[in-house]
Amino acid sequence: MELVCPAGSLPALKAAVDEGADCVYLGFRDATNARNFAGLNFDEAAITTGIAYAHARGRKVLVALNTYPQAGNVQTWHSAIDRAAASGVDAVILADPGLMGYAQKQHPNLRLHLSVQGSATNYEAINFYYEHFGISRAVLPRVLSMVQVEQLLEKTPVEIEVFGFGSLCVMVEGRCALSSYVTGEAPNTHGVCSPPKAVRWQETPLGRESRLNGVLIDRYAPGENAGYPTLCKGRFDVGDDHNYYAVEEPTSLNTLELLPQLLAMGVSAIKIEGRQRSPAYVAQVTKVWREAIDTCVANPHRYSAKPIWMTSLDKVAEGQQHTLGAYHRPWK
Amino acid sequence: MKLALGPLLYYWPRDTTLAFYAMVESAPVDIVYLGETVCSRRHELRLSDWLAIAARLRAAGKEVVLSTQVLIESGADVTVLHKITRNTDFRVEANDMGAVHCLASKTPFVAGPHLNVYNLPTLQWLSSLGAMRWVMPLEMSRDDLALILRERPANLQTEVFVYGRMPLAFSARCFTARHRNLPKDDCQFSCMDYPDGLLMRTREDESFLVLNGTQTQSARVQLLLAELSDMHVLGVDVLRISPQATHTLEILQAFDAVLKGNQNAAQAQQSIAAYLPGEACNGYWYGKPGLEQLDSIKQVAQAALA
Repeated sequence: MELVCPAGSLPALKAAVDEGADCVYLGFRDATNARNFAGLNFDEAAITTGIAYAHARGRKVLVALNTYPQAGNVQTWHSAIDRAAASGVDAVILADPGLMGYAQKQHPNLRLHLSVQGSATNYEAINFYYEHFGISRAVLPRVLSMVQVEQLLEKTPVEIEVFGFGSLCVMVEGRCALSSYVTGEAPNTHGVCSPPKAVRWQETPLGRESRLNGVLIDRYAPGENAGYPTLCKGRFDVGDDHNYYAVEEPTSLNTLELLPQLLAMGVSAIKIEGRQRSPAYVAQVTKVWREAIDTCVANPHRYSAKPIWMTSLDKVAEGQQHTLGAYHRPWK
Repeated sequence: MKLALGPLLYYWPRDTTLAFYAMVESAPVDIVYLGETVCSRRHELRLSDWLAIAARLRAAGKEVVLSTQVLIESGADVTVLHKITRNTDFRVEANDMGAVHCLASKTPFVAGPHLNVYNLPTLQWLSSLGAMRWVMPLEMSRDDLALILRERPANLQTEVFVYGRMPLAFSARCFTARHRNLPKDDCQFSCMDYPDGLLMRTREDESFLVLNGTQTQSARVQLLLAELSDMHVLGVDVLRISPQATHTLEILQAFDAVLKGNQNAAQAQQSIAAYLPGEACNGYWYGKPGLEQLDSIKQVAQAALA
């Protein structure tokens, strides 16, 4: 079982490799990937250095090109594929079928992973991409229960990667336009959700307010911890219920305790979310997960998630709390 | 251009749904999309009921299309999908790639609005697999659509969502059940109490989103009426109206009147103003945030000059 860790910068990549990641995934510095944030991601030189660093230590580098090429500049995505292939990456992570067709034709030896943004939640979808584009691996959206993951694994020859830890999308990845509804930019189109340039913080007599393109997302009482205004994680009013997390609390997914089951059902890789996070976060999370996977693989029957692992992960988790998300049925 | 009635996104009582589609039989609409696309727990109508409605609508002269569920998770969901895609009587709208897999190279199909077709190569690929029509993503702008339609594959129709609260997001979680502190597995079919969805407001009492079970919609209503002539020039073939609890017939009549030249867009817009369940918006069409409302007449005039 591979541990796949995020890198938004060269120091983060080195941290992931040093702490035991099997694979590091990263993106170019543009809208071709789903973490298109200012100051983040890799230019040519950094990718070359990063790949050399990882390969020298027997680790892999994956490049996420997982947004949807927009009608007017498909060429930008094609050139990103070409650059990734030329730089010697171990795989590209794609969501768009047109782009997969291009990669398959131009770079037949380039390994393709189906991104979580491809919204493939069932074996019919995954096997379709396999038959048409020869994908080697699919990353599952964070919507399936454990039983559903197991059922799917029985019916596909494609390697399956699941999310293990990180900020949680409550919506099916690739099926959410909430951010563009409010700001004009969303993951599918621009590789961003609730983009920083649309965020405004205001101190008011009612409390500290966070707004996204003018829409009030949350309001904090004095002393209350304020989180980033991801629009689905704000507090709203519905009916007579006032001021509650109508969609989702700020929280992180953490599946450490499910590791033996994921291993037994044949999951090929565990993905850690957080290319937008610091090298310190990457180091901390990678270290814990490396130890957990090694412990689990050595003796799955005696494995249990150590409290110290959970505590150290909660410290870096969004909202400082965690959930099993959709893997645990009652969450739905 | 033809008028289409999109799939019913809400959960209405059986009799209400049957009465609604009885009304549609004589309504001015050419194409009707049928079936449950949101949640597999909804069972007021079974597939056999939908097929019976389909037969009546076809007898009334409508083109009928069966829509598949957008989020397919369980083995049972896949079984239902197979039943729909293997039917030999009616065309199918594929709303996820699993559905496309079942239809590709076997029978012509409609590529639904949630397949994420944002560019020409992907559209050409779907066309090569047998797509006879595609529904543009809600997020796509008029200018991007124009770029794609310039080189669109032959024999491929284009459909645009021109009216209704927009289905913006899908989840495994049910937000209507969550509102009532119920787990989804014991949701007590809460969404049936909200025939136009459950309004979610900001703490300034601004209507923001609408919770419709596992689907999240815009609170504002996409309304593209003044834009119809522009769409005609671009080569759009079909206009999708999304059903709502009341006055769907009047909405269809207004669009029909504009298409037939019996009313201009401004008159039609005036005639249905009171029937919108929320404020109007048209931002996506103009490449802006979807919730924005631009002055359509001015925008259309500018586009014509450009």
